[in-house]
Amino acid sequence: MSALATARPLRAVLALLGLAALFLASLAIGATGSSPLAGFIDGEPDLLAVSRLPRTLAVVIAGAGLAIAGLVMQALARNRFVEPATTGTAQWAMLGILVTTLLWPEAPLVAKTALACVAAFGGTALFLTVAGRLPPTQPMLVPLFGLVYSGIVEAAATFVGWQADLLQYLAIWMTGEFSGVLRGRYELLWLAGGGVMVAWWVADRLSILALGRDTSVGLGLDYAAMMRVGLAIVCVVSAVTVSVVGLVPFVGLVVPNLVSRIIGDDVRTAVPWVAGGGAALVLCCDILARLLRHPYEIPVGTVLGVVGALVFLWLLFDRNFRG
Amino acid sequence: MAERRLILLALAALAACVAFMAIGLRGNLAFALELRATRLLALAQVGVAIAVSTLLFQTVTANILLTPSIMGLDALYLLGQTLLVFVLGGIGYALLDPRLKFVAEVGLLMLLALALFLPLLRQRVDVNLLLLAGVVAGILFRSLTALLSRLLDPNAFSVVQVASVASFNVVRPDLLAVGLVVTTVGAMLAWRMRHTLDVVSLGPDIAAGLGVERGPVIAGVMLLVAALVAVSTALVGPVAFLGLLVVALAEWIVGTRRHHLLLPASIATALIILVGGQTVLQHGLGGATSLGIVVEFLGGLVFVVLLLARSRR
Repeated sequence: MSALATARPLRAVLALLGLAALFLASLAIGATGSSPLAGFIDGEPDLLAVSRLPRTLAVVIAGAGLAIAGLVMQALARNRFVEPATTGTAQWAMLGILVTTLLWPEAPLVAKTALACVAAFGGTALFLTVAGRLPPTQPMLVPLFGLVYSGIVEAAATFVGWQADLLQYLAIWMTGEFSGVLRGRYELLWLAGGGVMVAWWVADRLSILALGRDTSVGLGLDYAAMMRVGLAIVCVVSAVTVSVVGLVPFVGLVVPNLVSRIIGDDVRTAVPWVAGGGAALVLCCDILARLLRHPYEIPVGTVLGVVGALVFLWLLFDRNFRG
Repeated sequence: MAERRLILLALAALAACVAFMAIGLRGNLAFALELRATRLLALAQVGVAIAVSTLLFQTVTANILLTPSIMGLDALYLLGQTLLVFVLGGIGYALLDPRLKFVAEVGLLMLLALALFLPLLRQRVDVNLLLLAGVVAGILFRSLTALLSRLLDPNAFSVVQVASVASFNVVRPDLLAVGLVVTTVGAMLAWRMRHTLDVVSLGPDIAAGLGVERGPVIAGVMLLVAALVAVSTALVGPVAFLGLLVVALAEWIVGTRRHHLLLPASIATALIILVGGQTVLQHGLGGATSLGIVVEFLGGLVFVVLLLARSRR
């Protein structure tokens, strides 16, 4: 116990240092400049302030927000292997933006995001209702149902996009990337940061929520209200990230699972680690996406599709063959 | 009873083909008929390939939810295709004869399918875990394909695009002859295996008791399925839930999983959905050209219904 207590601050300091290093690396890498440090040395303050800093901040906020959204979603669905992009939440948000764009083309981004949020809320509530009726003895059914459900919603969105000649827009929302992030174009993302804060604040109640309805009510938790708060966090984060940077898959699935392997299942302890881990994962993948084909870029959603799917498969089989 | 329904199904499939060829014919008859015959041939090949591969795969894995495309085989085919361009370079790939390329791609898919899925199928893994792993593997293959095609130079990428542009509206005429050979041989092999497959579907223990080794059958079926999936994906691109939809409907209609009835019934159902669906969408619904999306949507719903129904039991 005492070893753990002394080890924890050290681990936290190391993790923060690593995150800071990634943050600086992300600031230093870009298409201009001959050396990696050109952004700092050549005295191009505009480049940093207008493009690189907003981009790096957007990556950090989106990563932290998505990882937390995954953590909350796992508590809501009482299943380890779900996250907003595999339960239809992100796809409903996409459908919401698409339909809003069709019916109200001149809507400001805030209105589109708000309506996307409403669509995501309804779609996720439907998912949770069905998932709650699946037999608890077969835990793999919930993520499986979620993936197929997301596929159906995506097919519906593709159909609408096809009919309305908006497939190109849809492709932008479907693969998340940060290359379009500039000062003045990403500030909506801070709402996802707000979601992280709310999750931290209600962390203990989320832990109880994950024990199920009966236990929660027995412990004096307002179950329905707490479900709504959790859903709101998940939907706001999903809608905001989809509308600003597009769909970034697997962050919410991979990070909470890896964190719980290292530090355990308590939500309050996990929140900072999950948020930091999400930021670090997306930073790493974004840096990789910029370096693989320098000076061109690969969408971070594509890189995460590969990395995330590999880790997910490893989690699935490692768990089932050893435990 | 089941035989009579099978005959009705076959007649309906025939009617769909005739309707596809005949409705709204005008102008230069020879040209229109040749164009339609080419597309009908392609659709028929895809129907046969998907029906046979799905049914065989479901039988050897003893699960009606498990289809080759849910396990990501069609995504694996596209990955192999992109991989070939990546290795050979755009020009090297473009210079090869399309039939030779197709054979190479089929071989590659067979190798990959055997290497990746056979070890998994041989073990007695929890079926839900297998399904989930298959869906995630499909996502992985698609993301890898996207990543690889981003790493290609634009010329090589356009080569990939030309090779993988296939959809229900843009069939690849250069592969029709090769595809015809593969689907015919594949369907005949499946028909010859029909009694063995009946035994295998009784479960590994009973099958072993009746003298059928499950291992070699699984390996053989995987090879056959890989070839058939390659044909249908090369001709019209990936179609996620079509196979599931087709076999589920056919089983519902003939009311048995005995292969001498379900195999032809699935083929007939596939023809009705593909050829009939295309005819209806072309002439009925104002030229909407989206059979693939509609099938994906309906098939996904069928999958969910089957999944929920099975978990109830």
